[in-house]
Amino acid sequence: MTEKYNMPDERGHFGPYGGMFVGETLIPPIQELNAAYQQYLNDPEFIAELDADLKYYVGRPSPLYHAERWSRELGGAQIYLKREDLNHTGAHKINNTIGQALLAKRMGKTRIIAETGAGQHGVATATVAARLGLECVVYMGAVDVARQSLNVYRMKLLGAKVVAVESGSKTLKDALNEALRDWVTNVDNTFYIIGTVAGPHPYPAMVRDFQAIIGREARQQCLDQAGRLPDALVACVGGGSNAIGLFYPFIDDRSVKMIGVEAAGDGIETGRHSAPLCAGRPGVLHGNRTYLMEDDDGEIIETHSISAGLDYPGVGPEHAWLKDTGRAEYVNITDNEALEGFHSLTRMEGIIPALESSHAMAYTMKLAPTMSKDDIIIVCLSGRGDKDMQTMAQREGIEL
Amino acid sequence: MSRLAATFEALSKTGRKALIPFITAGDPRPGFTLPMMHAMVEAGVDIIELGVPFSDPMVDGPVIQRASERALEHKMSLRRTLAIAAEFRKTNQHTPVVLMGYVNPIEAMGYEDFANAAQRAEIDGVLTVDLPPEEAEECVALLKARDIDPIFLLAPNSSDERIKKMDTAGSGYIYYVSLKGVTGAGHLNTADVEAKLNRIRANTRLPVAIGFGVKDAQTAKTVAGLGDGVVIGSALISKIEANLDEPERAKNEIVELLVAMRQAMDN
Repeated sequence: MTEKYNMPDERGHFGPYGGMFVGETLIPPIQELNAAYQQYLNDPEFIAELDADLKYYVGRPSPLYHAERWSRELGGAQIYLKREDLNHTGAHKINNTIGQALLAKRMGKTRIIAETGAGQHGVATATVAARLGLECVVYMGAVDVARQSLNVYRMKLLGAKVVAVESGSKTLKDALNEALRDWVTNVDNTFYIIGTVAGPHPYPAMVRDFQAIIGREARQQCLDQAGRLPDALVACVGGGSNAIGLFYPFIDDRSVKMIGVEAAGDGIETGRHSAPLCAGRPGVLHGNRTYLMEDDDGEIIETHSISAGLDYPGVGPEHAWLKDTGRAEYVNITDNEALEGFHSLTRMEGIIPALESSHAMAYTMKLAPTMSKDDIIIVCLSGRGDKDMQTMAQREGIEL
Repeated sequence: MSRLAATFEALSKTGRKALIPFITAGDPRPGFTLPMMHAMVEAGVDIIELGVPFSDPMVDGPVIQRASERALEHKMSLRRTLAIAAEFRKTNQHTPVVLMGYVNPIEAMGYEDFANAAQRAEIDGVLTVDLPPEEAEECVALLKARDIDPIFLLAPNSSDERIKKMDTAGSGYIYYVSLKGVTGAGHLNTADVEAKLNRIRANTRLPVAIGFGVKDAQTAKTVAGLGDGVVIGSALISKIEANLDEPERAKNEIVELLVAMRQAMDN
């Protein structure tokens, strides 16, 4: 592959993946969205407004931090953390919600809906809706509502209505189903802000483009601070938006290894995990073809991960393509390993990572010692761990 | 001529409209479906839409979602749905059976294996709600090669261009989703449906069946006056749901409702 990477095609396909698998009622709004997106993607005024919001409201650029003590302790490659945890609302999610909300405003939509797993995307959506004065409804699986009650409260404070979804497995996938049903019913005035690089075309490409600021900044910062490109990128993958955001600007830098870390839950061999790229197979869900966790009959099976944000049976179609072409590698980390990553970074660097990001930290702990001290790894620290205090305390038998 | 085309032709000769019930295969349990299909034929239906349960039915409202969940609890699957259809065909050669569901179970089986299995089960049409014509080329070709009609949906917001697309890709009939929303939702606006039907008629000669929002004999009669067929789903499944411990009673209530609809539509 010497040509410049140029995916997806005009119909949203990444090789056999992606596409637009939706009911007929959603075709017109998706086409309308795609047209608006193509128009504003290259509109200098839109870009200027987006850049200003990212700078003054989100707080970008986020630092690329050389975790020197952690690198020394692990005894291998130099580890740099891309600090998405320092963004307003505490995670990378807002890069995308800012962009989509500006698009919604341009399109004259007055109502915003979103799905959320850990609640980070819901909070980031409620935040921009509050700022723009838009009505906001967030769908969240009832199981996630229970385990992320702090974020539920944050969304309510921001003026959003949070709907607990009781169907199916009551997690992120069911929240997505319910949001799609809402959109089908209210297409005229409603903009659906999808939180990850999944869904029908143009969402996977659009969310990627909004998140690619992570990788663009990291690439330049690495050149400025270390004088060269990194050797490896590491990011956690649920739907995969922080990972694709980091990877995308490096795709044509063939010397840079890209590693996505899926959630192995109790372990791949137990079947209780959320690792479709490592242990699933291709199928169609939520508007696109990608790797899925499904049974032999094509029914989606329940997933498991300690982190609500990774608890999803699918993955962005571009990751499926990057896996098949070998450009990126996908590994997995169990709940227990992720907890080790959580504690290690917290104690070594004074940074408490989200449980999602802790999967990337845990894999870095395995990878760094196999590399030389002159090598560089950039790890996406996609979110801060404050939201996970309850989960952690409960797991360790501590009453807060 | 396909069984579907023959059905619509025979109906139009007598000036009648197709009554098309939808039930989810395996709801409330696998043994219910086959006798229910035969009973519906006796009640006067013309075509049966047999729902293939799916774990994530994004286009369906709560009633059909729960039907899917009940069926899946009993391990209902695409394979077993095809087996029920094949069994039905052994004693009924004239009533068309249309499979309605989502694309993932078909992907899991493989398009070609599915097309072959559907042919063996003498399925007449396949309606896959999340497979628009843009993504359906391979599947449509395999079905048409086996004389199985690929059936597509149209919605109130579909453009003329899309109607033409369905006319080219589809056969058998067009399923017009009469309102924006999920199955079982809201109320029909007759004037809106009529206006849209005129646009559809101008762009396709395929028969048009109307569904989503048909609840009783009266709406069935109204809708029959606009299209070539009436699809009723959630209202039937509600009868199953209201009588989970008494499936025989559910069956009787479904038959009763269909008979009433048939009479209202024919008079």
